[in-house]
Amino acid sequence: MHSLAFDIAHMFAGAMLVASFALLYQRRMSGIVDTYVVHSLILTVAAGWQAYIQDAPHLYVTAAIALVFKTLIIPIALRRIMRRLDIHRSVETVLGIGPTMLLGVGLVALSILLIFPVTESADAFAREDLALALSVILLGLLTMITRRNAITQVIGFLSLENGLILAAVGVRGMPLVVEISVAFSVLAAFVVFGVFFFRIRERFDTLDVQALGEFRGERR
Amino acid sequence: MNAMSYGEIALWLVLGTPAAAAAILAMLPGYRTTAALNVAASLTTLVGGLILLGSRPEPGPYLRVDDFNVYLVVLNTFVGFTTSVFSATYIGHELRTGRLTPAYLRFYHAMYQTMMLAMNLALVANNLGLLWVAVEAATIATVLMVGIYRTHAAIEAAWKYFILGSVGIAFALFGTILVYFAAQQAMGEGLPAMAWDTLLARASDLDPRLLDLAFVFILVGYGTKAGLVPFHAWLPDAHAEGPTPISAVLSGLLLNVAIYAILRFKMLLSANGEALAPGPIMIAMGLSSLLFAAFMLYRRNDAKRLFAYSSIEHMGIVTFAFGMGGPLANFAGLLHMAMHSLGKSAVFFAVGHATQVKGTQRIDGITGLGSTHPTLAVGLAVAVLAIAGMPPFGIFMSEFLVVSSTFAREPLLAIPLVAGVLVAFGALAMRLHGMVFGEPSPGTAAVEASYLPLFSHLALVAVAGVWLPRPLVAWFQAVAAMLG
Amino acid sequence: MLVGLLLQGLQMALVLALAPLLVGWVRKVKARLTRRRGASVLQPYRDIFRLLHKEAVLADNASWLFRVAPYLVFAAIWVAAALVPTYATSLAFSEAADLIVIVALLGSARFFLALAALDAGTSFGGIGASREMMIAALAEPAMIMLVFSLALVAGTTSLSAVAEHMLTGDVGLRVTLGLALIGLVIVAVAENGRIPVDNPATHLELTMVHEAMVLEYSGRHLAMIELAAAVKLVLYVSLLGTLFAPWGIAQFGAGPQALAIGIGAWVGKLAVAGLLLGLFETSIAKMRVFRVGEFLGAALLLGLLGTLLLFVSRNL
Repeated sequence: MHSLAFDIAHMFAGAMLVASFALLYQRRMSGIVDTYVVHSLILTVAAGWQAYIQDAPHLYVTAAIALVFKTLIIPIALRRIMRRLDIHRSVETVLGIGPTMLLGVGLVALSILLIFPVTESADAFAREDLALALSVILLGLLTMITRRNAITQVIGFLSLENGLILAAVGVRGMPLVVEISVAFSVLAAFVVFGVFFFRIRERFDTLDVQALGEFRGERR
Repeated sequence: MNAMSYGEIALWLVLGTPAAAAAILAMLPGYRTTAALNVAASLTTLVGGLILLGSRPEPGPYLRVDDFNVYLVVLNTFVGFTTSVFSATYIGHELRTGRLTPAYLRFYHAMYQTMMLAMNLALVANNLGLLWVAVEAATIATVLMVGIYRTHAAIEAAWKYFILGSVGIAFALFGTILVYFAAQQAMGEGLPAMAWDTLLARASDLDPRLLDLAFVFILVGYGTKAGLVPFHAWLPDAHAEGPTPISAVLSGLLLNVAIYAILRFKMLLSANGEALAPGPIMIAMGLSSLLFAAFMLYRRNDAKRLFAYSSIEHMGIVTFAFGMGGPLANFAGLLHMAMHSLGKSAVFFAVGHATQVKGTQRIDGITGLGSTHPTLAVGLAVAVLAIAGMPPFGIFMSEFLVVSSTFAREPLLAIPLVAGVLVAFGALAMRLHGMVFGEPSPGTAAVEASYLPLFSHLALVAVAGVWLPRPLVAWFQAVAAMLG
Repeated sequence: MLVGLLLQGLQMALVLALAPLLVGWVRKVKARLTRRRGASVLQPYRDIFRLLHKEAVLADNASWLFRVAPYLVFAAIWVAAALVPTYATSLAFSEAADLIVIVALLGSARFFLALAALDAGTSFGGIGASREMMIAALAEPAMIMLVFSLALVAGTTSLSAVAEHMLTGDVGLRVTLGLALIGLVIVAVAENGRIPVDNPATHLELTMVHEAMVLEYSGRHLAMIELAAAVKLVLYVSLLGTLFAPWGIAQFGAGPQALAIGIGAWVGKLAVAGLLLGLFETSIAKMRVFRVGEFLGAALLLGLLGTLLLFVSRNL
């Protein structure tokens, strides 16, 4: 049985997964921000679609938050930060891009292995959506781990958050989704509008987090 | 007015006061007014908490006060109050030395109250999602506070805390979603599927394997916030680089809130017969935290970092105790949470005094307190000994109870447990010796901050070591039974 | 039987006839998008006729392989194109071969071309051959992986049967198909030497891949190779159209009306694809050679992901 509505929901989840891989693939800073915009745009559409098929109008609010906040405000802020701090470099990675993407596929397999056996009694579409959402989350985590630049780590975290919102809207009828997504967005805002970047910039002349590591612990 | 509405008033005080105070404090300038307002707000919140002991409001879909969280709320508000008193007198010095700029002072006080609000909200939340939102808000507030001195090290600490804390929070949210998913299959959609009371009532209907997976995520997520190994990396730096009152609140309160969240989920799992027993995982994490932290205590040279590792050690013991389960171990765990809260904040108060008079946080820079500041030396010595687990203090009592229940149930586990505790004791005693005795290091200014918080906490810890009031014991026992 | 052979012959003739037109159309689109008038869409035909009449100049040290290779390459690619159902499924040759055979034929064509490039002994030939082989080393596994995922969806590797399966409408919108589409587009771009992998209009040493391999050819040999490249483009476009936009294809045993619709639909798909290709090439830049590996690696991973998703679920 292939209900078109659920197939479309799956397509959006799959598209987010591809966007997460695209995030891993990028080598340029501007590319990463643009890919994040696409990622959030897909989330907006996915949330809107879920609002439509679940008949849950509060999810439209979540979609609106994703649209305004994540596709507009945060990328604009990030680009401003990049301009002001004069960051136009390529992203330095811990592993190569190929091995990173292979790890990504491994993580997708892992998330499927985690979710499928424990949700056998559940509705098939919900299971798959949950597995795809967990994959997006894990890929966001991978992006955070394999990148050295503070901005890319933040974008990795933001994509992780997108995955969580996808999971939350995918599960039927979860209350407080709007509040949770607002809270999470506030968290994201605190990072981006951070206090941190300017603090990091003021204190260091670089956004390279490796440089931060010298001040870790008691090596003085 | 009947008793029910006293409860509601109390709840409003506990939640509304910090919220209002945060808003007002964000706008007021000036050190004296804001510090006084901070103290007043914390006192009012404490009063609210005490009233909650007597009369509780009706449980609603979002908020609920039961046996378990009411004592934590009282503890929270009490330590919040005493820390605000300490902070009121401590921050003046920081302002004068220029470590903290006046612009950030408003920020500091506002964030302090926000943090108290978030922690109280997390404790009284009946809804899983609300609990999560509150813990996340507490994370944001503390992260901003840790970085407030804006030195290189502070920024590094705040950034690391931010990243690790956020990833932890994200995993905790996923665990929450999974629990809702399981509940939604059994109970249908909507608010009841996220409320603790309804969840516990229908716990046996929930899919056990889904609960297992959810608990793993919850343990990883909230375990990061509790500083359990291997997710502890943010803790030492955050304690060392933030202002001392914040270290006291982090160690004393926020870690407790994280453990509380884990315990709520553990209760859910225990109520479902087929789900994985959460005990062994918690025992393993607790034991590794204990042993790791105990050995790490030896080479620390920064006073606050030293006691941060001590916090990891104690959270390990608490997790171990709750993992053990059973009435005695649960009782011990609850007692330990309270005693650690009081004792560790007392230690941080003393360390705060010491760092202010000596002008450095390094342990080799703080020596000979016995000759230069005798009262402080006594306070510090008593506090450190209490934390290290010396009888007759409360921590010794709770550790003793944990060990005896372990001996009775799993004697082999008691060996690493006792070994860890002894190793930690040794390290702390050694460090204490250096700080209190020996040649005095330069810095003989008088202590400016108030001694009252320090000694009141120590008095409570000392008393609790030998005598607990009957109602409190009965209460702990009731909660221990709830925890299963 | 005879009808089947006739239809197959018609398909092969149409492919051959329309291939230069497609190339001309893509160039026209690119020219218009860059605000030039561009050459007429029939220009490639004139180029090929001109080349056929010119003398073929051979290098002194070129062997027999150099002379034979263009014909081998053309033959292999033309036969591969014959196996792709363009306007009708179940053509005469389709019983004999499936997707794997198509991949193998294309691979052997590439092999001969690379050998011929090395044969002349020039450095350009060497560069072109080595780069082409590097691209192929990644594009072929990616192609096979994508073929696997499609075969798993349809339950067979026979391209005709896959096309018919797609037509039945039982398939629905599946994530795996989306992944396979993206992957196949990437592979198609790489195999046809289009931007961002290779620039078909350049003769700069830094940027040539395909052009470097055929630099030594002239006259009728060059005409054969150009025609082969054009047919390869038609092959890939038809493949993508058959698999992902199968509407209009005439099924087995259909009447002349359905066949006419099929031909019309196919020509329409070629036109649309040409437009999209022109648009795509104009809007992005050629990537650096070492990035091509990652690009194709992404296609391989998409195929892997698609297969993985197929194994775990019926709906994904």
